[in-house]
Amino acid sequence: MAYVPLADQDKEMEMHHPHNWVEEYVFSQDHKVIAIQYGSIAVFTGIVGLTLSVLFRLQLGFPESVDFIDPNFYYQAVTMHGMIMVVYFLTALFLGGFGNYMIPLMCGARDMVFPFMNMLSVWTFLISVIILMASFFVGGGPTGAGWTLYPPQTAMEGTPGHDMGIVLMLISLAVFIIATTMGGLNYAVTVLQYRCRGLTMMRLPLTVWGIFVATVLALFAFPALLVAAIMMLFDTLLGTSFFMPAVIEAGQPLDHNGGSPLLFQHLFWFFGHPEVYIVALPAFGLVSDVLSTHARKNIFGYRMMVWAIVAIGGLSFIVWAHHMYVSGMHPYFGFFFATTTLIIAVPTAMKVYNWVLTLWEGDIRLNAPMYFAIGFIFTFIHGGLTGLFLGNVVIDLPLSDTYFVIAHFHMVMGVSPILVLFAAIYHWYPLMSGRMFNEKIAKLHFWLTFLGAYAIYLPMHYLGFLGVPRRYYVLGETDFIPMSAQDLNAAITIAAIFVAVAQLLFFWNIIWSLKHGKKAEKNPWGSASLEWQTPDLPPKHGNWGEDLPTVYRWAYDYSVPGAHEDFIPQNTPESVEPTVDTEHFDPDHDQSKADI
Amino acid sequence: MALAVVIFLLVIGSIVFHFVSPWWFTESAAAWDSIDNTILVTFWVTGIVFILCNVFLAYCVFKFRKKEGHKAVYEPENHKLEVGLSVFTTIGVIAMLAPGLFTWAEFVNVPDEATQFEVLGQQWQWQYRYPGADGQLGVADTALVSPSNPFGVNPEDPNGQDDIIVNDPVMHLPVGQPIQALLRSHDVLHNYTVAQFRVKMDLVPGLMSTLWFEPTREGTFDILCEELCGIGHFVMRGAVVVEPQEEFDAWLATQPTFAETQSQPAPNVAAGQAAYAACASCHGQNGEGNQALNAPKLAGQQAWYIERQLNYFKQGVRGGEGDTFGQQMRAFAGMLADDAAVRNVAAYIETFQDTPAAPTVTGDIDNGYDIYDRNCAACHLDNGEGTWYTDAPKLTGMSDWYFVTQIQNFRSGIRGLHPEDDYGEQMVSMATAMSGIEEINDVAAYINSLAQ
Repeated sequence: MAYVPLADQDKEMEMHHPHNWVEEYVFSQDHKVIAIQYGSIAVFTGIVGLTLSVLFRLQLGFPESVDFIDPNFYYQAVTMHGMIMVVYFLTALFLGGFGNYMIPLMCGARDMVFPFMNMLSVWTFLISVIILMASFFVGGGPTGAGWTLYPPQTAMEGTPGHDMGIVLMLISLAVFIIATTMGGLNYAVTVLQYRCRGLTMMRLPLTVWGIFVATVLALFAFPALLVAAIMMLFDTLLGTSFFMPAVIEAGQPLDHNGGSPLLFQHLFWFFGHPEVYIVALPAFGLVSDVLSTHARKNIFGYRMMVWAIVAIGGLSFIVWAHHMYVSGMHPYFGFFFATTTLIIAVPTAMKVYNWVLTLWEGDIRLNAPMYFAIGFIFTFIHGGLTGLFLGNVVIDLPLSDTYFVIAHFHMVMGVSPILVLFAAIYHWYPLMSGRMFNEKIAKLHFWLTFLGAYAIYLPMHYLGFLGVPRRYYVLGETDFIPMSAQDLNAAITIAAIFVAVAQLLFFWNIIWSLKHGKKAEKNPWGSASLEWQTPDLPPKHGNWGEDLPTVYRWAYDYSVPGAHEDFIPQNTPESVEPTVDTEHFDPDHDQSKADI
Repeated sequence: MALAVVIFLLVIGSIVFHFVSPWWFTESAAAWDSIDNTILVTFWVTGIVFILCNVFLAYCVFKFRKKEGHKAVYEPENHKLEVGLSVFTTIGVIAMLAPGLFTWAEFVNVPDEATQFEVLGQQWQWQYRYPGADGQLGVADTALVSPSNPFGVNPEDPNGQDDIIVNDPVMHLPVGQPIQALLRSHDVLHNYTVAQFRVKMDLVPGLMSTLWFEPTREGTFDILCEELCGIGHFVMRGAVVVEPQEEFDAWLATQPTFAETQSQPAPNVAAGQAAYAACASCHGQNGEGNQALNAPKLAGQQAWYIERQLNYFKQGVRGGEGDTFGQQMRAFAGMLADDAAVRNVAAYIETFQDTPAAPTVTGDIDNGYDIYDRNCAACHLDNGEGTWYTDAPKLTGMSDWYFVTQIQNFRSGIRGLHPEDDYGEQMVSMATAMSGIEEINDVAAYINSLAQ
């Protein structure tokens, strides 16, 4: 295949320039506008998810304190919180938001390969969110089957929202997957086909690698969920028995036979585990770039980082049943899945080492984005290590379905990616808005969020050690859980409310700074990667003005010996600034230009 | 600077929290030391990595923070270091995985001498079945489930005749003997968890899952459901009594076999009628109830519920402190000599003509519907008729004032807190769905509307 075919046809490509404000801001085909739209919808769902969590935390910390939180509402709230945060908030924000914004800019492209499909993707996503939110307003309310939607209870009397709620949830998921697929194809093809001249795969910033591999995961994983959702819809609406065995509902046998509840769990987690990395890999990429830029040092072990992303992505498809150790599946599976799960710790640990080693002998600017990035390393180490407990099949026997699980996955795929989101939003805020944010407020936001989140989740692991089960409306009395566990629960709730309220600082900051923030100078962080090298700040439609850039080096030329400044932009030719070609390192060596 | 210090302090703080916190695994009561040991190995390996990585992180942030005239070092890769770290990590992973897999092999291979028992989960109760002298459980099928055969045991299967049926959430086990639990569910997923036994497993409708353990310590331990199973998930409790073999055998001997549960003589309605004479003075000749005497309507109530409550009164499970009228009932229920007498009365009450009681409570029916539909209907059914399956009595057309007092009793701890009132305990939690007397009246008014 010819090298960078699409970039060479730049002059012949149509740009879909907007003709009026509707085409510019509403039905826009500009990846940057679409990114903001995707991000805003996702953040809206995130606010709903956060509010739900505060409500059910109130019930857990202070039972009966809030009148309208009955068992029914509690189960609906935890279910909707989980699904919203994992799918509609994190997935959409990382892929639809950051993927859209960063990929074309970092690849030196004018837009996505398929701008119209990109626009369709965000509007389809909006429809899925509307369907999801509609379930709050139908009879019976949203589903309360737990975010994993395990059959057979999803559609049975005795589960909140078992009539309309679950149907809307499944339809919404199906529509969401259509949106993600349209977006995902776009991101993958753009990375593969739309990079500018000189930009080999091994010169891409890790952000693009993270989002690219996550997108590929999404394209393979989401179909499993789509199939499961459709089959469950058939079970619910047409009376088929894909997942429904012969069961009794409130004393009456139902007209189902022979279905397998475990089949659903396999399908769900075949999607669900890669989903963890669909969220985590973009976060890994984004945080790498923030760390490198502000440490004024290249990312340490770039090639290892790339292969770690690819390896984690690949392995993530053969670990799914570690969510099912106590599901009643054949126990021999435990040997295989415990082994694959712990193997995944090795590339993951390498990433952590390399982040810390990137700081080693750096010249670290301790600004707000860097605070969040370093905070992420701490929480991710914590969350990663607790995963070694749950992944090691026998330890899952006592800890499964307890608060240890909740604490673990919130540390690793809640707090950690969200700290990266804040790091990334602050870091790229000048690029997106042309303004600087308020540094002091941002740092205050960091302290409250970081310390508050740790105050929530560190003690929560200990509730798990005690054996406090998850998804209990009230704990009631047991012979093995001391009363002090309730005090701990109350303390956790107070910390959670604190953290939730602290997010107002963030919203105030980014909204206030839009108008009143200091005007950002061009490339304010002195970043080497391509997205900061656009002729305008923020970049205009088409990104690059007259001519597409040409790339001469990787994205991490910081503090290069002999250079004029402590960074060399990717599009600076060898004739102007030195390239380092040490005997240890040659980022272009592995990937010859011919095979792109 | 501040960040480096805080990260360092968080590491110290986490270690301190771990050692001063009173929250840790409850004392084990099963021979799964190998699980506890694997946890300890994992705890130390991950703990050391946690400390090393984060202290190094804090050090880097402190040492290499931006300084005038300082410049970062350009070092893209260090092959040796990266290989070294991979090897170091791999060794750590193997150190944790190896004991884990060996222990899992123990868990997967059930010892030959293990005896078996069956756990049946259904919304939202535990029941148990033990094999009789033949050591074998009879085959069972969801299609055969009925009030008189809650396990769905096949009556044609000779192996099932001597199966011992425990229709109660409290089970017993002998100490010092490996035991395999066979897990079945009739409706949704459940999970059989005894924290002291360390192991847990889901109950899956349509298949049988298992787990095994060897109880090592006598005592009574809670059984919790740990797989979300609907709105009553958090009230699905049971208990296991671990005791010496002789005591276990003695307990088992008091439980009926499947054959016995099937061959119970039909209740003697005439004898029941005779015994009812004592009840009639308060509850009325036709069980219509009498609010002035605090006697609720009985006509229309299901026999299994009347039986259970009469037994509770007899045994003092109901009618304790604070329950003035319940105490009166204890005296009357005590007049029924044995189980047969209780059954006879219940059978006679079932013959009464059921006309809905006259409403005495008013309230906001819409709000009542909202609360009832969301929280009560799962057990008491949409029409308020109740069902044996969820252990829920009939509410529709029964005395509304009695409903109000009983909900208040559940909420104030007068009813349902007796350790043997396993079903009342569920109502203690569920009754919190109504925030006060106003909402209780609303629900009562809605239930009245169902009888119209």
